[in-house]
Amino acid sequence: MTRIDLGRIPVVRALLVSRGPQLVLQLAALAGLSLVIVSGLLGTPVGNRNPATVLVWIAWWAALMIVAVPLFGRLWCSICPLALPGEWLQRGAIHRPRGPGRGLSLRWPPRLRGMWTQNAAFVLVALFSLPVLTQPRLTAILLAGLVLLAIAISLVFERRTFCRYLCPVGGFIGLYSQAALLELRVRDPRVCAQHKTKTCYSGSTAGYGCPWMAFPASLKTNVSCGLCLECLRTCPLDNVAINLRPIGTDLQKPTRVGLDEAFKSLLLVGSALVYVLVLLGPWSNLRTAAASVGSMPWVTYSAGFLLVTLIALPGLFHLATRLGTPNGSPPLAGWGVFRAFAPALIPLGLGAWAAFSLGLVLANASTILPAISDPLGLGWDILGTSAAAWTPLGGSLGAWPMVVLVLAGLTWTSRRVRAVAEDLGGGVRMAVPVWGFSLLLASGFLWSFVA
Amino acid sequence: MVLRRVTAEHLARLGLALVVVALPLGLAGAWVHAHTSQSATIVHARVSEDGGWLPGTLRARVEIPLQLQLVSDDVVHGFAIGRSGAPPVDLPPGQLVETTLTFSEPGTYTFYCTRWCGPAHWRMRGVIEVAGVQGQTASEPEPLYLSLGIDIDAPHPAAAVPALRPSASRAEALGVDLPEGNRSRQDFIRRSPAETWQSLRSDPSGAPLSDAQVWDLVARLWRSTTTAEALAEGRALYAQNCAACHGEAGAGDGVMASSVPPAGEALSVGAHLSGPADFTESSTLLGASSALLQGKILRGGMGTGMPYWGPILTEAQIWALTDYLWTFQFEE
Repeated sequence: MTRIDLGRIPVVRALLVSRGPQLVLQLAALAGLSLVIVSGLLGTPVGNRNPATVLVWIAWWAALMIVAVPLFGRLWCSICPLALPGEWLQRGAIHRPRGPGRGLSLRWPPRLRGMWTQNAAFVLVALFSLPVLTQPRLTAILLAGLVLLAIAISLVFERRTFCRYLCPVGGFIGLYSQAALLELRVRDPRVCAQHKTKTCYSGSTAGYGCPWMAFPASLKTNVSCGLCLECLRTCPLDNVAINLRPIGTDLQKPTRVGLDEAFKSLLLVGSALVYVLVLLGPWSNLRTAAASVGSMPWVTYSAGFLLVTLIALPGLFHLATRLGTPNGSPPLAGWGVFRAFAPALIPLGLGAWAAFSLGLVLANASTILPAISDPLGLGWDILGTSAAAWTPLGGSLGAWPMVVLVLAGLTWTSRRVRAVAEDLGGGVRMAVPVWGFSLLLASGFLWSFVA
Repeated sequence: MVLRRVTAEHLARLGLALVVVALPLGLAGAWVHAHTSQSATIVHARVSEDGGWLPGTLRARVEIPLQLQLVSDDVVHGFAIGRSGAPPVDLPPGQLVETTLTFSEPGTYTFYCTRWCGPAHWRMRGVIEVAGVQGQTASEPEPLYLSLGIDIDAPHPAAAVPALRPSASRAEALGVDLPEGNRSRQDFIRRSPAETWQSLRSDPSGAPLSDAQVWDLVARLWRSTTTAEALAEGRALYAQNCAACHGEAGAGDGVMASSVPPAGEALSVGAHLSGPADFTESSTLLGASSALLQGKILRGGMGTGMPYWGPILTEAQIWALTDYLWTFQFEE
């Protein structure tokens, strides 16, 4: 497929290699995080008037899900303020390498590697998400807690262990970044193979070894590349490329991902369905239960959430992948067929999350400027927008933008299902049950958006 | 080269200090300053279940402006001072609204929420204790229901009820003068309509009239002792404060009828909570005098979730309200 290597454009390469622009963006993101935490703790508890909830769950989340991830993949991770304080403390520097860093630099236990810990972290946050989404103080506490956790992890474990194995959002972004237009890859793997010092991984005076503990030459997808650009700086052979590529390139080729990553696909699309049903559905009791942390209704809701996302949907999907196998004998043993089909759900999941986020931002975008204009609820009017009235956007469009996103995801997923089925030698017969599963999921989303 | 690297690192650290130390400290300092400033008092409004007005007690001095910064922490609330003519101030969630109050007389004033913010909306009240020297304002007379010794908790069944809805205009068409003792406002508000009907029925001048016509005279007495303005004011007060429980048509079926929590005696003695009164029920309402209704409105309770409106409504407003309540029984 055609790719455009942005690193070949001198101006772009200079901007990417230089630490200045990235640092400016990182400090801006940190300033935003500071504002969010302070306003969340001290400002109004009204969710749609406080920058903590408005900036994080409306502005940032929508920008991430609708623009950043589909277009730029993990680019957000390169400026994410949650990990920066820990990373800088670990390195003992903000700018360039200045000798050995601080901390114990222990390796993350092999048994905990992979996405399982991230899956668990995501589920944990998801169970508390409704009060967190609506209560600025909880948002601030969650973010401050993640910063402190990242600092602690950075001082004990090597590099960006927190981002790679623990960040609840990191696995989310990583999975869907496979659809992105942007990728970091090596230009010629043979050059890397012959390069003895592997400065992209070990680091040099020009930059740090890959914080994400990835070897660029082995990158096949965007999942574990944080786009921090360190390898671009440390490669003495100019063998690292930042490519613009057709959207969804990582997903075009059938691959059998690990069970953790396969499960992540199910978990994310399942939690999107639960969120959409809870937040957009007609069941106010369900919303109340999800918000009443610690109460019996919340325990019931949590049990339902876990049942749907961890057992029911994966179980149904597993069944669907088995139903079409010729003569009842699957072409791959164990969870092999499940692992092969699971990445096909990524487009539908991304479409659903983008649709959900679009619905949120269209309804609430007008709260952003008033919240920023008076961040602490003290009657300030910094931007002159403090009294701007809440005005939903795109009302004349109805649910069509969301429907289009879900249908686009479903179409893409259907094509991937067919490709995987062909790859496994099962043809249409093998694809049909998985199509049915995808259609069932999509119907849930569409019903929520339309009805 | 070394100098340049150190400078870049120093600049980076300076930038970091600005965003993670100076910015939060600056914001926190502004917040502390706003909350410790003596120029204005910040009052938070929350639904009663979450604390109501915080603080619930404010202090002021006569003729010294009390500057308030009001902010709702949850839903839309309204702020008003009871028994004053000042219009209420709406408090949109999260928006700070400033208002200044000046009191000319010492005393205890009630401020309250004017928006139906939740089931316990009426409990969302606070007080302003105003200190200073008493002016020339005369003290208010004892409420009529107290001076008449009416027990507002006692049942008050009507000894007689009309078969037909009484009409003041039909009574006008009769061309019959109301007898002495049944002409004035005091005559009407001190006795229940049923008592008035019995009085008129037993008057020899009413002997030729049917029972229904006598009820029409009762309606006429009511209408002749109030004004269109009072009825309009009563209607507005009812819509704002009463209809949520008692229903727009007075049938005791308002949207909040089943969710108003117990109050007063019903709460303290754990008594069974009765629903809101049904003003369309002749057998009970026509046994109540306006003076009795005044007491119920002033004090509230009666084994129901009825709020006490004494600190909120003026005497004239309460009388306007009682006058309006009769429209559920009488036609003009």
